[in-house]
Amino acid sequence: MSSKPKTLFEKVWESHLVAEPANEPSLLYIDLHLVHEVTSPQAFEGLRLAGRKLRRPDRTVATVDHNVPTTLAGRVLIEDAIAAKQIDTLRKNCADFGVTLYDVQSAEQGIVHVIGPELGLTKPGMTIVCGDSHTSTQGAFGALSFGIGTSEVEHVMATQCLPQSKPKTFRIAVEGELPDGVTAKDVALGIIGRIGTDGATGYVIEYAGSAIRSLSMEGRMTVCNMSIEAGARAGMIAADETTFTYLKGREFAPQGADWDKAVSEWRKLTSDEGATYDRELMIPAIELAPYVTWGTSPGMVIAVTDVVPDPAAAETDADRRGFERALEYMNLKAGVPIEEVTIDRVFIGSCTNSRIEDLRAAAKVVIGHHVHAKVNAMVVPGSQKVKAQAEQEGLDQIFRAAGFEWREPGCSMCLGMNPDILSPGERCASTSNRNFEGRQGAGGRTHLVSPMMAAAAAITGHFTDVRTWEFRKEEVLA
Amino acid sequence: MQSFRRLTSVVTPLDRVNVDTDQIIPKQFLKRIERTGYGEFLFFDWRKDKNFELNHPHYKGSQILVAAKNFGCGSSREHAAWALSDYGFRCVIAPSFADIFYSNAGKNGILLVTLPEEQVQTLLDRAAKTEGYKLTVSLEDQTVKDALGFSASFTMDPFRRYCLLEGLDDIGLSLRHAEALDRFEQKHDAAFWVAPKPKGEAHA
Repeated sequence: MSSKPKTLFEKVWESHLVAEPANEPSLLYIDLHLVHEVTSPQAFEGLRLAGRKLRRPDRTVATVDHNVPTTLAGRVLIEDAIAAKQIDTLRKNCADFGVTLYDVQSAEQGIVHVIGPELGLTKPGMTIVCGDSHTSTQGAFGALSFGIGTSEVEHVMATQCLPQSKPKTFRIAVEGELPDGVTAKDVALGIIGRIGTDGATGYVIEYAGSAIRSLSMEGRMTVCNMSIEAGARAGMIAADETTFTYLKGREFAPQGADWDKAVSEWRKLTSDEGATYDRELMIPAIELAPYVTWGTSPGMVIAVTDVVPDPAAAETDADRRGFERALEYMNLKAGVPIEEVTIDRVFIGSCTNSRIEDLRAAAKVVIGHHVHAKVNAMVVPGSQKVKAQAEQEGLDQIFRAAGFEWREPGCSMCLGMNPDILSPGERCASTSNRNFEGRQGAGGRTHLVSPMMAAAAAITGHFTDVRTWEFRKEEVLA
Repeated sequence: MQSFRRLTSVVTPLDRVNVDTDQIIPKQFLKRIERTGYGEFLFFDWRKDKNFELNHPHYKGSQILVAAKNFGCGSSREHAAWALSDYGFRCVIAPSFADIFYSNAGKNGILLVTLPEEQVQTLLDRAAKTEGYKLTVSLEDQTVKDALGFSASFTMDPFRRYCLLEGLDDIGLSLRHAEALDRFEQKHDAAFWVAPKPKGEAHA
């Protein structure tokens, strides 16, 4: 008897159902719970108050990323007393409840969504949660991975489960070859520009198509990372040879005979021929360009060759008022070519774009050039491992020689919980994921771009089409 | 959790689309390890503008917030729900809400009511123009009504509604399935958890 064709999401969902009580959400088992300092203290405290145990410390892994300063000196003695207390609280909680913690000085420390995959904790077919909306990143491995609130963090700690209503499915295929200079970040921004920041609310996205298949794991993580910016709690990409090659040999990847067994299971985790989705969209890769956001929502995005749009073009009155408000906040005028907009700061980092491939791409643009005199630019690697790898490849030297600051790993200026923030009125080309008002510092103005575009802007002092870039001394990079 | 049955209150209009959780509670307040005390920081940056709705004396003591589409998008920070609740809001009405915020609000006894965009616009206009404008929101009847003849019914997932009406603790509900969970976990551990396990120690 042949069964109904299933999507990748349905296969992972169904293999994690603990209970399906009538007229209630299903109880979904969680394989891996990642924890960081900001969204966990109230959850640990909740366990204590209720006299509950942490059910599976061995399925729980913690690190510090949001609050930690990115200067060496700043990390030894954290000046911000409230941040220091939050980090100390995580240390105490992990010790009390038996949770592995990759602390500030650990060689494995980094942004939670960078280290999960890097350590091989993230694997195909798993369910993964974290008290952070960008947990969607790890769907790049064919896992169902999504962000949760602190009450849900406590729930997973106590039960290793979550009550969940089944989301709808949305297949987004990007077909064809990505044009030169168009990166995974541009794929993500291009999708959000088309469907809007609430376009995938209530859905899990499955990314497919030849352009997605051609991406490295780093690129796939960038695309899945931004799913939440389209409203989707999770994005997924079926595992393939690229995934297996990335995972093999990593610390928490299966070894020996277990590896072969795991890979043969993972190969089954693709959407079946004939599987149906609640919504589908196909985007020809050729239509995509290097993008720059102009406003205060990731959906406010244009190609680098475009002009800042006129609010009159908005579809509804509410949207038009949102456009006008965004233009005012960003201090931009409709009709201005975005390439003419000058910047003060550049941030290369965040769970979206801080992996080795992102740094390599930015370094290729930077090599042989120097940061513009009026620009302050920094690179914050996503993890200690990324930093070490980049230093081994000499990327840090390229950035430093060009005038970039080379920092210690963490979330940094993506959300400015640590000392790395914009001053009021400063304009930043950022490889992060959110251009909300004040996101990188009160009054700061954020433009989201790819690592290559950020690097180019750092050098010219304004947004610059990387497709026209004069690459120098490319042969220096292996 | 505090239960929600019926509420009559002055309405605060917030005629903005895509209100993200960074606006609801900015990052500098996420460093605290407590669950309470976020109300004074609600919409911290926007409140610096003296014309911002929350600074308006008309809306003092308001427990119902009405906003435009995609309210609560962005960061998963439950601090946003804590701040709204701590400030005094028990209900938010909007054409749509972001998924994670929707879940966080429910776990903190905040009722989120989804109404069509035109109806929300009517409420926004009336709240902006009518001093002391009030709504009555009933979760029992699933209706929103005012004294000027506005009446709308809303739909909601029956289980979420039940939990909110009764003020039920989610963890307790899940633990009803403890035996099923034990059985599932035994099988699942054997089948899937083939990789080395983290050991439960600090890597300094």
